[in-house]
Amino acid sequence: MLGRTLREVSAALKQGQITPIELCQKCFSLIKKTKFLNAYITVTEEVALKQAEESEKRYKNGQSLGDLDGIPIAVKDNFSTSGIETTCASNMLKGYVPPYNATVVQKLLDQGALLMGKTNLDEFAMGALGSDTGGSTRNPAAHCGLVGVKPSYGLVSRHGLIPLVNSMDVPGILTRYVDDAAIVLGILAGHDPKDSTTVQDPVKPFMLPSLTDVSKLCIGIPKEYLVPELSSEVRSLWSKAADLFESEGAKVIDVSLPHTSYSIVCYHVLCTSEVASNMARFDGLEYGHRCDIDVSTEAMYAATRREGFNDVVRGRILSGNFFLLKENYENYFIKAQKVRRLIANDFVNVFNSGVDVLLTPTTLSEAVPYLEFIKEDNRTRSAQDDIFTQAVNMAGLPAVSIPVALSDQGLPIGLQFIGRAFCDQQLLTIAKWFEKQVQFPVTQLQEFVDDCSSILENEKLASFSLKQ
Amino acid sequence: CALAWVYGVSRHRRGAPTGSTSNWIRGQSSLAQQPLHTARKPRKGEHKWAAVVGLEIHAQISSNSKLFSGSQVCFAAPPNSLVSFFDASLPGTLPVLNRRCVEAAVMTGLALNCHINKKSLFDRKHYFYADLPAGYQITQQRLPIAVNGSLTYGICVGKRQSQVTTRTVRVKQIQLEQDSGKSLHDDLRSQTLVDLNRAGVGLLELVLEPDLSCGEEAATAVRELQLILQALGTSQANMAEGQLRVDANVSVHHPGEPLGVRTEVKNLNSIRFLAKAIDYEIQRQIKELENGGEILNETRSFDYKLGCTVPMRDKEGKQDYRFMPEPNLPPLLLYDATSLPAGADSQQVINIDQIRERLPELPSVTRERLVQQYEMLPEHSFTLLNEVGLLEFFQNVIKETRAEPKKVTSWVLNTFLGYLKQQNLAVRESPVTASALAELLDLLDSKAISSSAAKQVFEELWKHEGKTPTQIVSEKKLELMQDQEALEQLCHSVMQGHPQVVMDVKKGNPRAINRLIGLVRKATLSRADPAVIKAILEKQLSCHGSCPPA
Repeated sequence: MLGRTLREVSAALKQGQITPIELCQKCFSLIKKTKFLNAYITVTEEVALKQAEESEKRYKNGQSLGDLDGIPIAVKDNFSTSGIETTCASNMLKGYVPPYNATVVQKLLDQGALLMGKTNLDEFAMGALGSDTGGSTRNPAAHCGLVGVKPSYGLVSRHGLIPLVNSMDVPGILTRYVDDAAIVLGILAGHDPKDSTTVQDPVKPFMLPSLTDVSKLCIGIPKEYLVPELSSEVRSLWSKAADLFESEGAKVIDVSLPHTSYSIVCYHVLCTSEVASNMARFDGLEYGHRCDIDVSTEAMYAATRREGFNDVVRGRILSGNFFLLKENYENYFIKAQKVRRLIANDFVNVFNSGVDVLLTPTTLSEAVPYLEFIKEDNRTRSAQDDIFTQAVNMAGLPAVSIPVALSDQGLPIGLQFIGRAFCDQQLLTIAKWFEKQVQFPVTQLQEFVDDCSSILENEKLASFSLKQ
Repeated sequence: CALAWVYGVSRHRRGAPTGSTSNWIRGQSSLAQQPLHTARKPRKGEHKWAAVVGLEIHAQISSNSKLFSGSQVCFAAPPNSLVSFFDASLPGTLPVLNRRCVEAAVMTGLALNCHINKKSLFDRKHYFYADLPAGYQITQQRLPIAVNGSLTYGICVGKRQSQVTTRTVRVKQIQLEQDSGKSLHDDLRSQTLVDLNRAGVGLLELVLEPDLSCGEEAATAVRELQLILQALGTSQANMAEGQLRVDANVSVHHPGEPLGVRTEVKNLNSIRFLAKAIDYEIQRQIKELENGGEILNETRSFDYKLGCTVPMRDKEGKQDYRFMPEPNLPPLLLYDATSLPAGADSQQVINIDQIRERLPELPSVTRERLVQQYEMLPEHSFTLLNEVGLLEFFQNVIKETRAEPKKVTSWVLNTFLGYLKQQNLAVRESPVTASALAELLDLLDSKAISSSAAKQVFEELWKHEGKTPTQIVSEKKLELMQDQEALEQLCHSVMQGHPQVVMDVKKGNPRAINRLIGLVRKATLSRADPAVIKAILEKQLSCHGSCPPA
């Protein structure tokens, strides 16, 4: 049951083959067994069970709210959840319990979804999972064999999403299947009066057609994405995917995104600048962590922020403030804005030339082992990881990572599709066709859990953490 | 402005004294002849000082809710009772622009002859302070909503300050921005109390070019701005309640030389103190410079008890505000009749032309109208508008009385206002209502009482004992004698009783008739119109003897 598509589970719930409470409990059992992975910061068992009870009532009365009624979901811990601790994995917000729900959270709850808990992330999302600012939904999706969707900027409300870079953040969706992501996107998309950057046009929930004929499609392969650091396995899969489209009649052409090489540096300037600004509110006064020092306001601010933020966050704040100084603003921030425009225009030009979607790798390679992971400093690592996903955020385009195959090491590898702005439905339709061709193996959860139970004995791994 | 030019001894000019430069340059021979010229001290009064005053004004927008959030705007509410999640800077909250605030900015811009920018932008201005929860203020630094306007004000000149001349100060720009919360420093307990009720309230920042040169000009300009804002309804502009805050940038220099270093004077919470502070600061700077000192580019506060400006402890050195575009607000686009997109939702767009059409009457137009309609002098119209509530009072009297407008003007501006000023009362505190004054003027107009009687009645009314003018007239027996016959009798008997005076009149003594009038008036207990008495006496005198009383 836990490996099925959303629609299958929903049907099973409707038919009474399984109840929301049973589903909920199965999920929690798995969560408990995989606790050593530290994937959840907060597990909301009571809340979810209550929601499950209500869902069950609705099903009994034949009044289910829709496809998401009774479906367990997890929300990254940088989304504001009313009455449930929201920490952004930072000391600064330890114990912070928001009084309101992010719009996307509210929409999911309104559809009857069950909130399992708040998932872990790098402090303030400066590096990994769940919302997507530079690839943080697509990258983990690729590494974990999941579908990761980054919607067009402006399609989904950011109200309640604790921001990293306001002009690039979007809520991202992680699911096992493209259809599931499409269902969720259909629920989440649409204008939110509380978010002035959402588009006004009305959005209807959409059903993805099952594409059979790709002969009218034009797939673009950006040549600048063929970098030396790309692992041979990923390169091979990328090539195979292109061949697949071609063999099915689609037009596959090389395209150029000439400013690609500048995107990481450009992103760094704009990201750190916005971060410096967004973090200014964390002063210990209104909410969150406050130090014990009360000699003066300034001393209190300084100690609170030193204690509340880790090195990475503090480093970015300092960088960002540097770029925003009057004497530097023109040379760094304005310049980066201009480069950003050039990068966005690269995509516009390519799409204007008749290309429907771009096909690229999502990551340079499969997931890197932990010990290797902690070797490089954070900035270098970001540079490496985000190279294919980054520019998409700068251009505000929709993109999706689809799991393609397992590497020789048995780790998932994914490929990315990038679409035109607000053509999310078309993008997912093509992705769904590709998903069907690829037939990526479903994760065998039970095997995995059994394998892991022996590891549980080992103390070292029990304290395994993604936090620095 | 009397203080625009201040004469002072300056040590800055050594060398060729003014006026003799040409002689000096022309020939070495002068050197031999006038060796002492180089050492001559400038005579007192020779070097003028010019003062330059620029104003930065913050006006709180009169709206139901704040600039970017839905929490209410309300004066003197319990602390932290009007704070939305956004105002408290809770993570994940976003700004949503308040339409009414934008309209207020456009109206104000139009009233001040500004160019309204069809596209304007929002920025973040960063600094850390307890009353700024987000660590930045959202403002419009790059591209404000209105630019290049002008504010015209009338200043009293001439003998006895009776004539009004208009002057103009340029408006550099008007921008929308957030107000901060309030912080109260409790030094006793070493703590700071923060109230965020005001955090996020919409402000209009108006920047005036440094075209003003003294406290009086600044005060008058600000007063006019207050009247404009109040007429528009865009701000209540009450300085005492903090709805209008003025900071003054003051510097002095010698005419023809570059501008001097300026200081910023803050904490001015009344028009009177604004003028005082500016004038004090001008004097302070002149004295400082004349004594060989220098002016620091600093922020000073006005100590209204001591009547002087003092450096503010709190402000550090120059701050870098690290301005950055506000990423959560798209550019603000405004339209006019020509650029309005077809089929646009009127709820979602703002039409500048429509706003212009609906602008209420501005003070300058009101004054013009008063002058035309009631034939009053321009300076009267200024007084009527400058005094809070006076115009309304005046118009109420006009409505209810038959008396001539000129009479009303005179009574309101002289008698009524005089009494108010003497007791330092505002119009709304007046013990005499507009209806009461109207009734009094009707009595005067119908000649039921004399003007001196009217003044007496007014004084009684001021005591506020609940009596109407008619009642007072009756009680004090102030009615003019209406009975012509009785009056003629009295005149006749007075003349008979004072033959000597009659003789004087007949002899041609011009003052004698006044004596007679005075005697008759006394006899009538001042209840007769002297003009009427005079007419009767003259008639009786001319036919004395042959015109027996009826």
